[in-house]
Amino acid sequence: MSSILTVTMPKWGLSMQEGKVNLWLKNVGDKIVPGEEIVEVESEKISGAVESAVTGVLRRQVAQPDEVLPVGALLGVIADADVSEELIDDLVTRFQAEFVPPSDDEADAGPQTQTVQVDGKQLRYLKRGEGGEPLLLIHGFGGDFNNWLFNHEALAASRAVYALDLPGHGASTKDTGAASLDDLAGAVIGFMDAVGIESAHLAGHSMGGGVALAVTRRAPEKVKSLTLIASAGLGSEINGAYIDGFIAGSTRNALKPLLAQLFSDAGLVTRQLIDDMLKYKRLEGVDAALAKLGGGLFGGGRQAEVLAGVAAASGKPVLVIWGENDQIIPVAHASAVPSAKVKVLPGQGHMVQMESASEVNKLIAEFIG
Amino acid sequence: MARKITYQQAINEALDQEMTRDPSVIVMGEDVAGGAGAPGDDDAWGGVLGVTKGLYAKHPGRVLDTPISESGYIGAAVGAACNGLRPVAELMFIDFMGVCFDQIFNQAAKFRYMFGGKAKTPVVIRAMYGAGFRAAAQHSQCLYNIFTHIPGLKVVIPSNPYDAKGLLIQSIRDNDPVIFLEHKALYTMEGDVPEESYIVPFGEAAVVQEGDDVTIVAFGRMVNYAKDVGTSLRKKGVQCEIIDPRTTSPMDFDTILESVERTGRLVIVDESHPRCSMASDVSGFIAQEAFGALKAPIQMVTAPHVPVPFAASLEDLYIPSPARIEEAVMRVKEYR
Repeated sequence: MSSILTVTMPKWGLSMQEGKVNLWLKNVGDKIVPGEEIVEVESEKISGAVESAVTGVLRRQVAQPDEVLPVGALLGVIADADVSEELIDDLVTRFQAEFVPPSDDEADAGPQTQTVQVDGKQLRYLKRGEGGEPLLLIHGFGGDFNNWLFNHEALAASRAVYALDLPGHGASTKDTGAASLDDLAGAVIGFMDAVGIESAHLAGHSMGGGVALAVTRRAPEKVKSLTLIASAGLGSEINGAYIDGFIAGSTRNALKPLLAQLFSDAGLVTRQLIDDMLKYKRLEGVDAALAKLGGGLFGGGRQAEVLAGVAAASGKPVLVIWGENDQIIPVAHASAVPSAKVKVLPGQGHMVQMESASEVNKLIAEFIG
Repeated sequence: MARKITYQQAINEALDQEMTRDPSVIVMGEDVAGGAGAPGDDDAWGGVLGVTKGLYAKHPGRVLDTPISESGYIGAAVGAACNGLRPVAELMFIDFMGVCFDQIFNQAAKFRYMFGGKAKTPVVIRAMYGAGFRAAAQHSQCLYNIFTHIPGLKVVIPSNPYDAKGLLIQSIRDNDPVIFLEHKALYTMEGDVPEESYIVPFGEAAVVQEGDDVTIVAFGRMVNYAKDVGTSLRKKGVQCEIIDPRTTSPMDFDTILESVERTGRLVIVDESHPRCSMASDVSGFIAQEAFGALKAPIQMVTAPHVPVPFAASLEDLYIPSPARIEEAVMRVKEYR
């Protein structure tokens, strides 16, 4: 049977209402396989590529470069080669006639962040999906749950997926306790208890990987598996200049070159991304929290704790994902856990879960089943 | 965590949080306590438009109603600032500042300089500005340019709730006299504002929208008009870069310069009168620093050089409109 599929404007993050079409990466007539990037789109906050979920041929480029379109609007059509032109024209006409852009109210009705009190301290989180074995996403140093922007929904197709803001980050408490991986792990365990997660698959990025390892050390019964992405806690080296510069940076010009080190494509560091980072850094208490965490975890440009042994000894399934050109934590740490399944993505940087989202999503989905 | 509150609530919250954090912060002005001075629901207004409502009951003894004598209490606020308090004095309407020129220009603004850097004057003077309220010529002016002219004063014009809160907190913590101006028409504007305390630093413009075709520099309320124009023109394929300087002293000229060097086309939107205005200030700066980059004459969209009319139909014509901004953008865009 022939299939025909619309490609629509994605919704990246809770606040995205429209996006700009930057560039078509495939021409009409090109063959497409799942995971291939079709068209580059830019939201207020970030730019990225829309990827195909199916196999087929790109038959129409409906949206033109520089066009600004609401979430859900028609960008293009993918269909098998034998689908007739008339059928595709019909589909486009029907879609355009029936499409109603989401109103502000509907946008607000989408998934909402929630907060929970753990030991009297507030933690913010976002839950997507229901049922299955839950997955918990733990962001890195200076990040927040938005670091999983391109992963969260995709991974939540058949299970509940939680992403939280660690203490000192996002909209969670700015009290980082003793500023150790163990303390952050305590907050994560408290979070799991508070929202009723008995055990979960843990996926941690960077410092969040170190936190996932510390959770495994402290409460192995709560951990089903570990996905460690460009993870801390697998070796002592870390880019200390980045950590120190990030803690000290208080202006756009100071942060821009630092944030560029996170990505393989520096163009992803948009003005909005930097502005959002500045807004976070200017919240009362964030400076102190970051300085304390940076000192406690990565003081003197070395990681204070190496927990590779924990991963090995736990007997849990471990997946390690790394960007080949990571400028923050060396890719050599990817081989620190002998029993792990390891995937190094060529050409990628530290924020590999954002830049190579579909690949990372596929790896995680296959790994946790 | 961020939630939607109004510009007015954002200002109230900034005052409340700073008063809680620092016992030397006091609020003074006409009717700021609510006139009757009773706590709770009886707490009358909290300023003419209710911006300081609720503070009197929460911070006993630190919200002071003053006589209707701007020359007296603005002077008192400046004096208190020199002696260790951090007063936030409300001048109600900026139009009334004429009677306290000396206290602001000759005293507060000069102390740091004339006492060899040994004196500091951490006073904030809040005032409403702007037309559109059918309040006639003496209650509707945009006089930020006059304060910007005086070295020693810092001048803040927030265009949205987020900036209003962060800039007011920065103003209170700043050790120099700050003129903090609130457009009456913005009080009901809603926006995302974190519950936590935070600052927005002085002298850092916000780039509200990025674009490569035309730079729009807009002040205060006009930023929101420019944004509407920017959004509608983007759909027509014209990419505006919209810059909100947020503070006119200090002023982030670098961001404007960098933008105009890229676009070569500049429109300035300023609700003040055109002469000796922020519009002419930015225009003069760019003409001197980026003459070679300009591809079209600079356009200034301002109010006319007349007092704000009382007749509603004339007042509506007086205020720069989105239509006039769009027209100016298209004029510089199409200039050959």
